[in-house]
Amino acid sequence: MFEFPQIFEFKIGKVVESFVEWLTINYAGFFDSIKTGILFVLLKMQMIFEWIPWFVIIGIVFLVGWKVKGLKSGIAYTIMLFLIGVMGYWDQMIMTISIVLAAVIISLVLGIPLGIISAYKKRVDIILRPMLDAMQTMPSFVYLIPAIMLFGLGMVPAVFATTIYSLPPVIRLTTLAINSVSKEMKEASQSFGATPLQTLIKVEIPQALPTIMTGVNQTTMMAMAMVVVASMIGSKGLGYSVLIAINRTDIAMGFESGLSIVFLAIIIDRLTQSIGTKYKYD
Amino acid sequence: MSKIRVENLTKIFGKHPKKILQNVEKGMTREEIFKMTGQTVGISKVNFSVNEGETFVIMGLSGSGKSTLIRCLNLLNKPTAGKIFVDDENIIDYDKKELREFRRNKIAMVFQHFGLFSHKTVIENVEFGLEVKGLSKEERYDISKETLQAVGLKGWENFRISELSGGMKQRVGLARALANDPEIILMDEPFSALDPLIRRDMHSELLDLQSKMKKTIVFITHDVNEAFKLGDRVAVLKDGEIVQIDTPEEIIENPANDYIKNFVRDIDRSRILKAENVMKKAAIKFGKALQPKIAITLLEEADVDYGFIIQRETSKLEGIITIDDLALAVKQKKTIEELMHSDYKAVHKDVYIKEIIEIALDTKYPIAVLNDNEEFIGRIHRGTLLKALI
Ligand SMILES: Nc1ncnc2c1ncn2[C@@H]1O[C@H](COP(=O)(O)OP(=O)(O)OP(=O)(O)O)[C@@H](O)[C@H]1O
Ligand SMILES: [Mg+2]
Repeated sequence: MFEFPQIFEFKIGKVVESFVEWLTINYAGFFDSIKTGILFVLLKMQMIFEWIPWFVIIGIVFLVGWKVKGLKSGIAYTIMLFLIGVMGYWDQMIMTISIVLAAVIISLVLGIPLGIISAYKKRVDIILRPMLDAMQTMPSFVYLIPAIMLFGLGMVPAVFATTIYSLPPVIRLTTLAINSVSKEMKEASQSFGATPLQTLIKVEIPQALPTIMTGVNQTTMMAMAMVVVASMIGSKGLGYSVLIAINRTDIAMGFESGLSIVFLAIIIDRLTQSIGTKYKYD
Repeated sequence: MSKIRVENLTKIFGKHPKKILQNVEKGMTREEIFKMTGQTVGISKVNFSVNEGETFVIMGLSGSGKSTLIRCLNLLNKPTAGKIFVDDENIIDYDKKELREFRRNKIAMVFQHFGLFSHKTVIENVEFGLEVKGLSKEERYDISKETLQAVGLKGWENFRISELSGGMKQRVGLARALANDPEIILMDEPFSALDPLIRRDMHSELLDLQSKMKKTIVFITHDVNEAFKLGDRVAVLKDGEIVQIDTPEEIIENPANDYIKNFVRDIDRSRILKAENVMKKAAIKFGKALQPKIAITLLEEADVDYGFIIQRETSKLEGIITIDDLALAVKQKKTIEELMHSDYKAVHKDVYIKEIIEIALDTKYPIAVLNDNEEFIGRIHRGTLLKALI
């Protein structure tokens, strides 16, 4: 047999490890501020959701579902949410929603401006595009590695990984949306003496909104998928229950927590999607 | 006074427009330049001026450079060379801020495909220019509401753009431009996307508005009839160059070359030409006291059948007499006054031929043409009318 010669072996991992160590020590301030930022958003989310009584949450979902999709859908969503509670996963669900929302908010705050910049500056677009392509083809697990390396285990790396994973669609669709605003509309705006900023705010962004909302929907769904994976590095919530169920081969628990995730995903998807279509103008 | 003066304006589309400029100066044609360099000369060395309060129409076939030209006037296109003076300021020298002020206050544009904002309501669209200028919400609303009423869209304020018909959309486009109260309005084929009937309504509406507002309008069209109906003066553009600039009547009567002749061939002349344009000025005129015998000699010398009887002091027409009537007068020893006809027809010099044709059907005499003081200035025969129409 031909064995790989030991002489070629080189522990590249060690190098990376010391690099990361060097990074976290020398740029401690930078990583700390990311950490504080993430924690701040996350805690605010949790606070809000823990403060709202469960029946109010169900009520709101019913009303929004009814308004944007119709009475039947409103009732269906209500039943789904209620079932999650009945199965005993209410608290985990709240946890999952908080993480997803925190990640989505951070993604949008970063992604929408980035998307706009890349619509305006061809150069940024040229650099960003291959990065986004790479991000979207990589399996979600891969994002856990840098997250652990930089932030260790816990909620913060989970939100970090989720944010990075869910960022591409909103950037992409924002760029696409801004680029496809009709030329005549932009010229009309200019012809009245609007500044570039006025044109952006009064014409381009409102025109782009339906497509950006599609991006928001996709980003939310990506975050939802990632938060389950991220439970491996310490995000609590429904994903964590699934993980435990797998480890213990606990079929009952696996079924219940899995079903809860599906229900939650359906509700979030339908609501964000139909809010998006409400914005269509023509 | 001229409001807009364009001098040697050239616009070249391509990577190195300045290089191509030399070729334009040398007099190479658009086609030659395109073959040689692959760059398009949008317009080349265009000169014209537009008077205050005038409707100036630029007409040409598709691709002749009409849009390129009009878009230079508010600098949506940056000219490659030349000057554009508005109120004696060369707008090409404006910096960003001056250009914005110019666009906010002096000039507004109406677009072919409306260019309306589909995310805004009708009134929000009309408010746009005022919003950009920074007017308060109340002021904006009041002005826009009034403007919408002026274009016949009262009650449509809160509709969405997608709920309107094409004609109404362009009324909104017009209102949006008018709300700013600009001195100059640019209109790039504003009615081309509309049905013929709606287009006709829009024409009368525009003429009506213009008679009240007296804006300086630059209007683009590829339709000769539209150009001649709306334009005080018309410039004909061909391959990026101006072929002729004149009043519609002048273009029809004295086309600069065969291209223009061809262009105006299909036009309905009876709606453009006026009595003054087709009348014959030469006429045998005499007072009613003249001896019939002398009158006969006058008519025979000029080889015409009719004489016009004019009152000496006022130059007013009193009647018409034929050569046969005069012969009768000589024979029966009657005066001209006794035999002249006063059931002749007369028209003002600005009446269109279309109306004169109907009048011509009810009279056997030539039609007299009168000026503003009702003085006799010329005559129109049926034959003259026919000739003018072919
Ligand atoms: N942005 C541009 N880039 C390159 N070429 C252009 C550009 N805009 C116009 N052209 C070219 O310039 C020429 C004149 O175009 P323009 O749009 O001014 O014509 P037009 O008279 O308005 O025609 P239409 O009646 O079709 O609107 C055409 O050959 C066109 O292809
Ligand atoms: Mg055009």
